[in-house]
Amino acid sequence: MTEFYRDYLAVAVLMVAAVGMVVFMLGVGRLIRPSRAQGEKYIPYEAGSDPTGMFGQSNVRYYVFAILFVIFDVEAVFIFPWAVNVEEFAWFGFVEMTVFVSILTLGLVYAWRKGVLRWV
Amino acid sequence: MLALEIGWGTTLAIKTLVVLMIIPLGALILGYVFLLKMMSHMQSRLGPMDPGGFHGWFQLIGDGMKFIQKEDIMPDGADRRVFAGAPAVVLISTFLVFLVIPMGPDLVVKDLDVGVFYALAVSSLSVIGVLMAGWASANKYALLGALRAAGQLIAYELPLLLAVTGVVIQAGTMNLNQIVIQQQENAIFGVDWIGNPYILTQFVGFALFIIAAQAELTQTPFDMPVAESELVSGYMVEYTGFRFLFFFMGEFGTAFAFSAIAATLFLGGYAVPWVHGDAANWIGPFVLFGKLMLVAFLMFWARFTYPRLREDQLQAFAWKFLIPIGLANLLFTAFFKVAL
Repeated sequence: MTEFYRDYLAVAVLMVAAVGMVVFMLGVGRLIRPSRAQGEKYIPYEAGSDPTGMFGQSNVRYYVFAILFVIFDVEAVFIFPWAVNVEEFAWFGFVEMTVFVSILTLGLVYAWRKGVLRWV
Repeated sequence: MLALEIGWGTTLAIKTLVVLMIIPLGALILGYVFLLKMMSHMQSRLGPMDPGGFHGWFQLIGDGMKFIQKEDIMPDGADRRVFAGAPAVVLISTFLVFLVIPMGPDLVVKDLDVGVFYALAVSSLSVIGVLMAGWASANKYALLGALRAAGQLIAYELPLLLAVTGVVIQAGTMNLNQIVIQQQENAIFGVDWIGNPYILTQFVGFALFIIAAQAELTQTPFDMPVAESELVSGYMVEYTGFRFLFFFMGEFGTAFAFSAIAATLFLGGYAVPWVHGDAANWIGPFVLFGKLMLVAFLMFWARFTYPRLREDQLQAFAWKFLIPIGLANLLFTAFFKVAL
């Protein structure tokens, strides 16, 4: 097995171990905890009164934030490889990255001016 | 000494077990030292100082026993599997972060080349768990809390990334161990006996990182998603017993992880400038723990003293203030790296 696969095997092993620990703790909990079913216990909590109206009718305005997030997250994916090699690319890399970041900043400024950064 | 003559499989197993123990232990330590003791002293809370007689030492154990005894309640309308899986997702994302945090030159589970990048990637997995919890609870408060939390977590993810990028540019690597060694070996302005902890040159980055980490943990002043006075704990409202405990452990475990990453990136991690080799392996965990507690102290200090930001202020703060500063910091760092 090459070193590369070994590195990511460790990720998988740790994940399996974490799942195992979660399952173990929940199993112990299941053995210890009481269980006395009563209908009222299973009503969703709503400040002491019975739930009214439809569930899920909230004003979700954050898809714009999601789109902005994707833009900047993809930016980060491009920035990291450059960040490791800043010295190698020197001024050429710096100018290129300044242009790249400027364009993205323009996008942010545009969103700002359009008023979509206001959480409603 | 510590590079024992055993196979990589055994080493991996041992390290995995150690990490499995570190997270609950770290969460307990932070919960005990800061949440119970420091908050009680700062806010004159008498309750947590009482149980067990001496300084309320029994409080945490009592809390744990309370969680174990609680019935497991799932609301009628809940999406059962998603509801049950959500706390596990949050907790597992915390566990995975610890894979790359070095506690000594050899004391790291796997020294991935993309260390920092990996840590940020897996720590942001918890957003999925939070959304799952809020969506599956069939509760209006939970859904509102989860949507707010998701909006907040992704907004503050970006300042976090940009703060880290500054360090990556300066160190020229994403490997956390290499970043520590860079800080240990380099000098600042010809002074070489303190190394070059990046808090000195990346102070803006450090401030950004701490603020964004605070928001990622949904701690006060950024705790709008779990505001107890209006959303009664937000996405956690329907959870009881062990599953609630998982969210709690996830929160404090992540606080532990973020403090460790901040200590590694900005304060020189496990390293003391004049200690090398085996000695560094022996004292590394303690040095890292000390630095980590310092960072955690800053975060919890803010948590216990500041009032809560309003939801729209909170979003605006990330997008209109932290992200532009982060971008400027990135370009400044790159400029100086190329120019000097």
